[in-house]
Amino acid sequence: MQTESVFQDPKLCRSLLERLDRVLNGQSMRFMEVCGTHTVAIFQSGLRSLLPANVTHLSGPGCPVCVTHDAEVAAFLDLAGRDNVILATFGDLLRVPGPGGSSLKHAKAQGARVEMVYSPLDSLRLAVGHPGDVVVFLGIGFETTAPTVAATLLTAQQRGIDNFCVFSLHKLVPPALRALLDDEGNGIEAFLLPGHVSTILGLEPYAFLAKEYHVPGVVGGFEPADILLALCLMAERRRDPAVVNAYPRAVDNAGNPRARALMERFFQPADALWRGLGRIPQSGLVLRPEYERMDAVRRLGITLPDAPPLPGCRCGDVLKGRLTPPQCPLFGKKCTPATPVGPCMVSTEGSCAAYYKYSE
Amino acid sequence: MDSCLLLDAGSGGRASQRLVSQCFLRYFANPLLQRLDDAALLADLKGPLAMSTDSYTVTPLFFPGGSIGSLAIHGTVNDVSMLGARPRYLSCGFVLEEGLPMEILERVVADMGAAARNADVLIVTGDTKVVPRGACDKIFINTTGIGEIFATQAPSGHNARPGDAVLVSGAVGDHGLTVMGSREGLSFLTDVASDSAPLNRMIEDVISVAGEVHVLRDPTRGGLATTLNEIAEQSQVGIELDESQVPIHEAVLNGCSFLGLDPLYLANEGKCLCILPENKAEIALEAMRRSPYGREAARIGTVTEGRPQVTLCTRIGGRRLLGMLEGAQLPRIC
Repeated sequence: MQTESVFQDPKLCRSLLERLDRVLNGQSMRFMEVCGTHTVAIFQSGLRSLLPANVTHLSGPGCPVCVTHDAEVAAFLDLAGRDNVILATFGDLLRVPGPGGSSLKHAKAQGARVEMVYSPLDSLRLAVGHPGDVVVFLGIGFETTAPTVAATLLTAQQRGIDNFCVFSLHKLVPPALRALLDDEGNGIEAFLLPGHVSTILGLEPYAFLAKEYHVPGVVGGFEPADILLALCLMAERRRDPAVVNAYPRAVDNAGNPRARALMERFFQPADALWRGLGRIPQSGLVLRPEYERMDAVRRLGITLPDAPPLPGCRCGDVLKGRLTPPQCPLFGKKCTPATPVGPCMVSTEGSCAAYYKYSE
Repeated sequence: MDSCLLLDAGSGGRASQRLVSQCFLRYFANPLLQRLDDAALLADLKGPLAMSTDSYTVTPLFFPGGSIGSLAIHGTVNDVSMLGARPRYLSCGFVLEEGLPMEILERVVADMGAAARNADVLIVTGDTKVVPRGACDKIFINTTGIGEIFATQAPSGHNARPGDAVLVSGAVGDHGLTVMGSREGLSFLTDVASDSAPLNRMIEDVISVAGEVHVLRDPTRGGLATTLNEIAEQSQVGIELDESQVPIHEAVLNGCSFLGLDPLYLANEGKCLCILPENKAEIALEAMRRSPYGREAARIGTVTEGRPQVTLCTRIGGRRLLGMLEGAQLPRIC
C-alpha cells in the first residue's frame, strides 16, 4: 500500500508540525480523540513525542473494550458458563476482567466454549457446525462494527439459521461526545473525530459540537500526517468552530447511507451504561422488538447485575480528560497491564495501557 | 501400513516396529539411527558443546513456507547455532493422536528428513507415543539438538556492550502473520509465507569473518521487540532501534495494519539478531547477505548506556518505548 506510507513521510510531518506551530502562535490547545485506533497511532508512531508543548492530547472514551461496563462484562461471563451456549467474540474482549477478576480467557480455560472470530459472519459458520447449541455473538463496538453485525443478522435470517443471536452492547459516539461536553469544567477545546466511525456516520451527526457547544471537530485518518493535518485544521477552526473532514480519501461527508439503513433495520437506540461515564441516554443500540429470537437478551433472559464502582479507580476522570493516566494514584503501581484495575488499562487501545506501553 | 494411526503403533510391538521402519527410518536414514539401540553413540563430538530443546505445536500443521516438520528441525538447529555452535545431532520425540491420517504423518516426517539434510544434521535417536483421540492435537514434536561450539567466546544475551551495532538478518514478522492467517483462514493475506530456515551456515560464516560476536539470538515467539528487551535486561544496557531501518515486507505491514498487530512482536523462524562491535558491523552484514537466508540483512540499531530498555526512533522522527507485551497480541475490534 504505497499510498499509506506517503502519510508517514518525515518531511511532510515536519512541515505540518511547523504549520501547527504557526497557527497556534504560542496559544495552547487541548484536544481529545475518541477512537482507540487514534490513541494507539499517536503513541505508536512517536507523534506524541513530537507534538509542541502547548498541545495537550487527551484520550477519551474511544476504545470499545474500555467503555464496556462492568455489569455488561459480568453478564457475558455468566453467559459463557451456560450449557448449550457458544460465545463468539472479537479477540480483544478475551482478557477483560469482570467484577470478580476473571475473564473470558479464564472461563475458556475452565471449559466454557468461547470462540475468537475475526468477523461476525464467522459466528454463522459456528452456528451451522453446532446445530444443538446457541451461538451468541458479543456485539461490542461503535457505529463501525454495528453494520457488519446487522449484515450478519440479515444473512442468518436469509439462510434460516435459528441457533444464532446477538448480545448487543454496541455504543454510539455522538451521545458520548455530548455527555463529555455537558460535564462541567471538562476543558476540551477540540475533538479529533474518529475516521472509521465517520465512514458510516458522515459529518452531520457531529454538527451539534460546533453549533451548540462551539467546539470544533475534525475527522482524521490514522497515519501521522493525517492526524497532524487534522490538528492544524482544528487549531485553525478554534475561532470559527465547525465540523471538518480531513480524511476525505476514506470518509464521505454523507457517510454510508446503506450501512446506516442496515443498522437501523435491526437496531434501535437505547440508554446504555458506559464504564467510567455511567448511564448515557440513547447512547447504545439494542435489537428492535420484532427480532426477539435474534436478541440474546430476550431469548436467553440476560439481566445486567449490579456492579459496584471499582475502589480507587479513576478511569472515569481519565476518560473525561480530567486526569492524565500517570496522575492516577493506581497507575503503574496497583494497576498495570498484568493486573488491570480499571478499563483503561485492560485493552491495548486503552489510554492507560498506551501510556504504560509507549512512554519512556 | 494402515491409512490412519492406531494406538497399536505406540505399543512397542510389531505395529511400532512397522511405523519406525516404514516411516521414520525411511526419511531420517543414517547409520547412527539405523542401529536402533536404546541410545545413540556419539563418538566424534569435541567440547565445549551446546545443547537445546524445543517442543513444537502449531495449527495448521502445514502453512505457506513450511510445516511443523521443517519448523521442528529449523527451530532447534537455530537455537544451537545461536551459541556459536555447529549443530550436529538431533533427537526427536513424537506425541501423536490416535486416528491421525498416515499420509499426514508421512508428509511431516518427510519434511523433517529434508530439513535435516538441508541443515546438515542427523536425527540419531527418537521416541513415539500414540495417545487416545482428543488427548493431543494431531502431532506434537520435541527435538533436542547438540552442537560443537566453534566461536572463541560463545555469544550470549549478557554480552551486549554500549556502542555495539544491532543487526537483523532479514525481514521480520513473516512467520507469525502467515501462521495466524492460515489458522484463521484470512483470505486477504495472500503474499506472505513463513521464513522458516536453518541459519547454521550463515552464523558460521558471520562468526568466522567477524570474530568477535557479542550476542546472537533468534527472535521467535514475541518477535524482535521481545528478544531485544530480554537482551537489554540481561546485559543491563539500553538499545536504540531505528524503525525505518527494520526490514518488513510490504504484505506484512499491510496485514498488520489491517489487523491492528505490530510486526515487531510477531514470531520469526529464520532470522537472527546479531550484536557486535561497531567496526565489525559491515563485514558481518556482508556475510549475512551472502546467505540465501540473509539477503535482506540490515543494521537496525545501537546499544547504549542507560536504563535497560528498548527505545524506538520512529519513521517520522519521534521516540517511544518499545516494551514487552503482557500476553499474546490479539486482533482489534475496529
